[in-house]
Amino acid sequence: MAARIWIFAVIVALSLSFSSAQDLQIINAERRIDLSSHIVKAFLTLKVENIGKEPATDMLLAFPPTQIKHLSMVQALAITGKKKKKNYLPLDVKPTEQQPDAPNDNGYFLVSFATPLNPGETVTLEILYILTHSLEPFPAEIAQSEAQLVYYRDSAVILSPYHIKQQTSFFKTPSTRVESFTSVDPANRAGKEIKYGPYEDRTPYSYAPVIVHFENNSPFAVVEELVREIEISHWGSIQVTENYRLTHGGARHKGVFSRVDYQSRRSISGSSSFNALLAVLPPRVNSVYYRDDIGNISTSHLRTGFKKSELEFEPRYPLFGGWRATFIIGYRVPLEDYLFEAPDGRRYLNFTFGCPLVETIVNKLTLKVVLPEGSKDSSAVLPFTVNQDLQVKYSYLDIVGRTVVVLQKDNVVPTHNVPFQVYYTFKPIYMLAEPFMLVSAFFFVFVASLAYVHIDLNIVKN
Amino acid sequence: MGGKEDPTANGSPKSESMAGKKASPPDLLSSISLKSLKLKTKQQELLLRVSILGLVYVLAFIARLFSVLRYESMIHEFDPYFNYRTTLFLTEKGFYEFWNWFDSESWYPLGRIIGGTLYPGLMVTAALIYWTLRFLRFFVHIREVCVLTAPFFASNTTLVAYFFGKEIWDTGAGLVAAALIAICPGYISRSVAGSYDNEAVAIFALLLTFYLFVKAVKTGSLSWALASAFGYFYMVSAWGGYVFIINLIPLYVLVLLITARYSLRLYVAYNCMYILGMLLAMQIRFVGFQHVQSGEHMGAMGVFLLMQVFYFLDWVKHQLNDTKLFQTFLRITVTSAILVGGIALGVGTASGYISPWTGRFYSLLDPTYAKDHIPIIASVSEHQPTAWSSFMFDYHILLFLFPAGLYFCFKRLSDATIFIVMYGLTSLYFAGVMVRLILVATPAVCLISAIAVSATVKNLTSLLRTKQKVPQTGSTKGAGSSKSSSKVTLDQSQPFQKNGAIALLVGVFYLLSRYAIHCTWVTSEAYSSPSIVLAARGAHGNRIIFDDYREAYYWLRQNTPTDAKVMSWWDYGYQITAMGNRTVIVDNNTWNNTHIATVGRAMSSYEDEAYDIMRSLDVNYVLVVFGGVTGYSSDDINKFLWMVRIGGGVYPVIKEPDYLVNGEFRVDKGASPKMLNCLMYKLCYYRFGELVTEYGKPTGYDRARGVEIGNKDIKLEHLEEAYTTSNWIVRIYRVKPPTNRL
Repeated sequence: MAARIWIFAVIVALSLSFSSAQDLQIINAERRIDLSSHIVKAFLTLKVENIGKEPATDMLLAFPPTQIKHLSMVQALAITGKKKKKNYLPLDVKPTEQQPDAPNDNGYFLVSFATPLNPGETVTLEILYILTHSLEPFPAEIAQSEAQLVYYRDSAVILSPYHIKQQTSFFKTPSTRVESFTSVDPANRAGKEIKYGPYEDRTPYSYAPVIVHFENNSPFAVVEELVREIEISHWGSIQVTENYRLTHGGARHKGVFSRVDYQSRRSISGSSSFNALLAVLPPRVNSVYYRDDIGNISTSHLRTGFKKSELEFEPRYPLFGGWRATFIIGYRVPLEDYLFEAPDGRRYLNFTFGCPLVETIVNKLTLKVVLPEGSKDSSAVLPFTVNQDLQVKYSYLDIVGRTVVVLQKDNVVPTHNVPFQVYYTFKPIYMLAEPFMLVSAFFFVFVASLAYVHIDLNIVKN
Repeated sequence: MGGKEDPTANGSPKSESMAGKKASPPDLLSSISLKSLKLKTKQQELLLRVSILGLVYVLAFIARLFSVLRYESMIHEFDPYFNYRTTLFLTEKGFYEFWNWFDSESWYPLGRIIGGTLYPGLMVTAALIYWTLRFLRFFVHIREVCVLTAPFFASNTTLVAYFFGKEIWDTGAGLVAAALIAICPGYISRSVAGSYDNEAVAIFALLLTFYLFVKAVKTGSLSWALASAFGYFYMVSAWGGYVFIINLIPLYVLVLLITARYSLRLYVAYNCMYILGMLLAMQIRFVGFQHVQSGEHMGAMGVFLLMQVFYFLDWVKHQLNDTKLFQTFLRITVTSAILVGGIALGVGTASGYISPWTGRFYSLLDPTYAKDHIPIIASVSEHQPTAWSSFMFDYHILLFLFPAGLYFCFKRLSDATIFIVMYGLTSLYFAGVMVRLILVATPAVCLISAIAVSATVKNLTSLLRTKQKVPQTGSTKGAGSSKSSSKVTLDQSQPFQKNGAIALLVGVFYLLSRYAIHCTWVTSEAYSSPSIVLAARGAHGNRIIFDDYREAYYWLRQNTPTDAKVMSWWDYGYQITAMGNRTVIVDNNTWNNTHIATVGRAMSSYEDEAYDIMRSLDVNYVLVVFGGVTGYSSDDINKFLWMVRIGGGVYPVIKEPDYLVNGEFRVDKGASPKMLNCLMYKLCYYRFGELVTEYGKPTGYDRARGVEIGNKDIKLEHLEEAYTTSNWIVRIYRVKPPTNRL
C-alpha cells in the first residue's frame, strides 16, 4: 500500500510539473446540490479554458476539509459535441496530495482529460460527487411528534484552485420548509430551491461558508457495517449472505414511543422514522430468507423480475433516530448467471459490489468471496480502490479450507453498485472430493458392520 | 401400532410394522419376495425386525418436525431458552467456564451460580453432538443442534422401548411398544423439534436406566448393573425427575422382597446400581450430597440396608440349620435393625443433617398441598392436576389398552413384569397429580399397552392359523406354538371362534389406525406451537402471525443500554435474558420466592409505592404482556391474581380481597379501586382507552376479557412508555430517574 502511495505521489509530482494550477481558468460553473435524501449529491458543470501556453493534461478539484472526510465518490465526465449529439466521456479521477500553495487542509482530486487541452481551448466537464453524513440534525434530539430538521454546511462559492469567472449554486431541499439559510448576496429562495449567485470573478480558494437549516424527513438509513459473503459452489449456485447492522442516523429519538400515536396519527407522528426497506436483488434469485439473531422475521415480500428482484421488508420495529436493528438477508442465485470462463482459462465471478438496499449509506462494507475448495491464484478487479485481503474459511466437509477474497471499503453509497470481477483457477476434479468422501465414509461403515457380523470376538467358544 | 395412518409421509412405517407383528405367520407377499432372496426364516424375521425398527426410528424423528415446518427452526417456550443460552455459553467458552459460571444477568442484584444450580446433562449432550459434528466437518449452527436434540432422543427412546418390551414380554411387544411410543402425544408434547428442555433427554435416560436395571435383575450380571448405574448418572445429570427412579427402584426391590422373590441377582443388581449410581450422582454439583442427606433419598438407603440384613439373615439361616433358633435370631435382628434405623433417621432429621421433604415432593404426594402452601408452584399451569380430557388427549386408546396390558402382566408374572406394573401404576398416579408428569407415565403406558396389543394379536392370529392347519414353518416363537396347540382343543368346542378372531383383529387394527390418526392430528395441531410466535386465522382464512414477543425482545436487545435491568413477571425472565440479552430481576428458575414476591408486590401496588420498590431494585425498564388488543388470553392481567397471591404470601400488605369484587376478578367499571390503580393495570391499559379494538364496540374494549375497561384515563408519573409492539402484546416502560428535589 505504501509503495502504491509513493508511486502515486511521483505521478502527481510529475503531472504537477506539467500543468501549473494557474494555467487553467473556469469560465462558467454551475453547481446543483441535492439535499432531498441523506445522501448529498452535487452536480458540477464546469467550462474550463486553458489560458496557459502549454497543453494541460489534467485539472484539480478541491474540497474543504469538512467535506473531504465525508466524500464518498467523485465522478467526472467530459461533454463533447453540440446539444443534440452530446457525448459523455468518463474521465479518470484520482485523489491527490495537498497542494503546496493551498490555504488549509483541503482535499484534492485530479481529473485527467481524455486529450490534453491545448492553449485557448475549452472543455465542458460534468462532475458528480457524493457526500455522506453531511446533514447534521438540529435539534439533535426530537420527540415522536416532531419533524426532523437538519443543517447543511457548505460554501456559497465553489472552492477551486482556479479562477472562476462566473458561477451559480443551487441547493435543492426536500420540502418547502426551510428554517433559515445564510445569505450571501445575491441569494434567494424559490420553493424547494435556494439559489446562490451568480457570482462573478472569484479568485482561487474563495470560500463563503453558508448554513442551510431545513426539514428532511427522508429515511436516514445508515448501515454501520455490512458483511456480504458470496459463496461459490460449482455444483450450480451462488449463496449470498448479508449481515446488516442498520441504524437510523438522523436526530435521536427522545422520550416516549407511543403506539397509539404511531398507528393512528401516522402523518404527524414519527415522520422521520422509517419502517420499510427495499433491497434490489439479482433476477432469478431463490431461497431468499430474512432473519436475525433470534429467528425469522415474517414481514417481507419478494417480487422477482427479469431485470431485478425486489425484496420489500420491514425490521421488527420501526426505526426512530438512534435505534438499531441487525438482520441477515440470504439468497441463492444460479451459478451460470455470474460465473464465466476467461479466455486464458481462468474462471471469474462477475457480481455487483455495494449494498443492495436502496438509498442507504454503508459505513463499512466487507465483501467476502468464498471460492470453492482447491481454487488458486485469486485476484479481484474493481473500478475503484478497496482494501484486499485473503482468508481461509472452513465449510461443510472441507479439509484444506476455502480461499476467501476479502474486499473492504468504507463509506459506500448506492452509486458503488457496479460490477466487479474475481478471477481464480479451479480444477473440476476437486468437485468430486466431497461426494467421494461421503461415499467412502458410508462404504467404511458397511464394511465395518460386515466385519463385525462375521468376526467372532468371543474368547470362550459358545 | 396402527395398521394404517393417514397417507402422509408416515404411512409406510406403519404398514411395515403391521407386517412385522404378523411375523409369525409368514406374510404371503413378503414370503414370496423374500424366498426369492433365499433367506432363512430367522433371517427374514431379523430383516423385518430391523427394517421396522429403522422405520419407527425415522418416524419418531419426522413426526416431531411439524413445528419446524409450520413455524421455523426455533427454540420453544420458556425454559428451553435458558437451556439454549447456557448451551451457547458452553460451546463458546468451554466446559470449565460453564461449570464456574456466575450469571449476573439474572436475579439482579443476587445473580445466579449457573454451574451449581442446573442439571448440565442436556447442555453437555447438545454440545457434544455439536462438537462431534464440527469434528466431522459438518458446520451446523448450535441452534439447529438444540432444536433437533429432542426428536433425536425421542428416536433413541423408541429403540430403548423396543429392548425393554423385548425384555418384559417378547420381540413383538417390543416392536409395538417402539411404534406406540414413537407417536404417543404424551411424549411428543415435550419432545417436538425446538422443545429443548431437560425432559427431552431425560425420558430416554429414565427408560434406559429402568431397562438396564430390569436386565440386571434378570441376569444378575454386574455389567448390566453397572450400565444401569451409568444410565442413572445420566438421568441425574439431566433432570430433577431422577428422584422418581431413586424411589421407584427401592420400592420395586421392597415389593420383590415382600413377595419372596429375593435372589442373589436382585442383591447384586440393586447394590451395585445404588452404590455406584449414588457416587456418580454426587458428581453433579446441583445434586451434591442429597443422596445421603435428603429425606427424599432416604428410602433408597433404607432398602439398601434392608438388603444387607436380608443377605445376612440368609447366611445365618444357612449356617444355623435350626428353625427355632433362627426365628429368635430373626426377631432380635429385625427389631434392632429397625430400631437403629429409626434412631439414625430421627437423630439425622432432628440435627438437621437430613433435610426434610421439600414442598415439591409433598405437592406430588398430596395434590392439594401446593395450593395451600406454595402458590408459586400452584401458579404454573403445567403443575395443575390433570383433567380426564387430557388423559384422553395424550393417551387415546392406550387408556383402554393399559388395563388390558396389566391383566396380561399379572397373568405372566415375572420380575420384569412386576417392575413395569409398578412403574405404570405409580407414574400414572403422579400423572394424575400434575399435568406435566403424564410424560413420565407415557413410556410405561406404552409398554403395558404394547403387551396388550401384542398378546392379543398373537393369540388371535395363532387361533386363525391352527384352524386353517397352516404348516407351522413360520412360527418363530416357542411360546407362540405352545399356545396355539393349547388353543386347538378350544377350537373344536367353539365353531364361531375363527370369525370372532377375524372381527377382533379388524377391530384392533381399526383402533390402532385411529390412534395413529389421532396422534398425527394432535401433534400437528396442539403440540407444535412454539408459543413465542402466535398464529391465528384471519377473516379470509389466511394465517396471521403475531411475532410480538421477539419484536419486543429484539427491541430491548438493540435499543436499551447494555446494563439495563428489566422487571417483568418471572415467566418471561429466561426469554428476556436469552433473546433480549438484558439483566432481569426474576426468571423461571424461581429459586428465591421472596424476590419474586417483591416483583409481585411492585406490580400490585400503586405507582408511587411501586416506584420505591423499583428504585431499590435498580429497575430501568418494566415489561408487561397484554392481550387486550388481540384477545390473547395468557397475559399478565389474567396472571395477575397469582402475582397478588405470591406477593401477599411474603408481604401481608398485599391482600387478595382488595383486588376482587365479591370474590370476582374484574377489570371493567365494577372493579375494585385498588385494582384499577395498581401498577399492572396502569401499565397494561395505558392509553388503551383511546383505542377502538373491535368494530361496534366502545373505545378501550378488552378483547381478551370481553369487557370495556374501567379506567380509561391513566396517567403515569414515574414511568413512560418506551415501546409497545405492533399488536400491543408486549409493552415496555422506562422508569424515569427521580425528579430533582428543590
